[in-house]
Amino acid sequence: MTMGAKISLIEYGAGNLPSVERALARQGVETERAGTPEAVAAARVLILPGVGHFGQLMRTLGSRGLLEPIREAIGGGVPLLGICLGLQALFTSSAEAPEDRGLDVLAGTVASLPVTAKLPHMGWNQLRHVRSSALLEGIPANAYFYFAHSYAALDAGDSAIAICEHGVPFVAALERQNLFAVQFHPEKSGDAGARVLANFVAYAGVGNRG
Amino acid sequence: MTLARRIIPCLDTDGERVVKGVQFFNLRDAGDPAKLAARYNREGADELVVLDIAASRDHRPTFLETIRRVAAELAIPLTAGGGVANIDEGRAILRSGADKLTVNTAALRRPALLTELAAEFGSQAVVLAIDAKKVGEKWEAFVRGGRESSGRDAVDWATEGTQRGAGEILLTSMDRDGTRSGFDLPLTAVVAERVTVPLIASGGADSPADFLDVFEKGHADAALAASIFHDAVQELRELKGFLHSKGVPVRQQ
Repeated sequence: MTMGAKISLIEYGAGNLPSVERALARQGVETERAGTPEAVAAARVLILPGVGHFGQLMRTLGSRGLLEPIREAIGGGVPLLGICLGLQALFTSSAEAPEDRGLDVLAGTVASLPVTAKLPHMGWNQLRHVRSSALLEGIPANAYFYFAHSYAALDAGDSAIAICEHGVPFVAALERQNLFAVQFHPEKSGDAGARVLANFVAYAGVGNRG
Repeated sequence: MTLARRIIPCLDTDGERVVKGVQFFNLRDAGDPAKLAARYNREGADELVVLDIAASRDHRPTFLETIRRVAAELAIPLTAGGGVANIDEGRAILRSGADKLTVNTAALRRPALLTELAAEFGSQAVVLAIDAKKVGEKWEAFVRGGRESSGRDAVDWATEGTQRGAGEILLTSMDRDGTRSGFDLPLTAVVAERVTVPLIASGGADSPADFLDVFEKGHADAALAASIFHDAVQELRELKGFLHSKGVPVRQQ
């Protein structure tokens, strides 16, 4: 890996993109925004940030011609980290927008959290680690992460690395070879979140000025 | 594995500087928002709220710059608001670095605004701020920074607001604001009972026991305070240590 390679943040209007940029900048990691099929195809490392509505996200990615380049990048071994809605987008579909298809690199449908719990699931919650992983390496078992969502993947098979619970257990973090995703917001999760981003950066072999 | 109760320092600003009043009036300068934000981020605040209580159109660019300066200091969520009346103003606040925006007066005048904002940014980004004051036997929702009553029942408004798309309620007791006489537990409890979204209680915080009460008796999901944190009367770590010792789930660093 080339020292100094940048992380490309997939740009489609996600509100948390600047926060992710700032969080990586604090670690001395350079980023650039990738908003075209060419930029995504050329990226060495990708982050798919996301807040908002599943259907809107999928339609925006589709209209910008980014769906296929993202799938090809994942298939081609490019490290990719999905954040929040960026995790949900990896699945086949979502109850939030049944008519829209997800990236479908992970099988399954994203479900609504049960209305028996306060929704959105908003605030700091803990994880149950289900297996060792690169992404959560060194994260204390009792660490808190910031969540803000009403939908979640309830199952990710062997890819799930950590589970959280709000009314039902759901996938808080997953990892499959070069594919990583978290339902929480590492960019808003203090020191624990910074460690998750650092782990992804380390896996991706991106140059770090420090 | 439990959702932690949140402690949220609030920066009331005139757009540029942090100010603090008593029961919404008699404002005095309380410091630089970015410096305070950096301190709270370091000391374990779970989230930060920054409000433009002047909310004049002329000062809007100054406030957006304040949001940028504050956001640059934070590795925790930021909520910002003050005078937001349409999608473009909401977008400007989020683009400046806030994760959520608050709406108050404009939503009372035109409740459909909540639905529009939720459709555009998601409910998780829309916080309905309610300034409630006891009038007779019930609480009324006040507008224009507490200057006039909307005539709406605050509890009914909280319920309607969430049905229309607000993902969180920021409930301020005008009667308790700045008085350090404790949170308004009856008000907080009745709203918590009625809404299905997270509730942030605000107004009147003084001692750690007040925070314990607002979580245990008021059933709030989060508690917000300003002056006791700004003036370093209450240290965040110490407060969280106390709550933890009483069995309240809190995030400790």
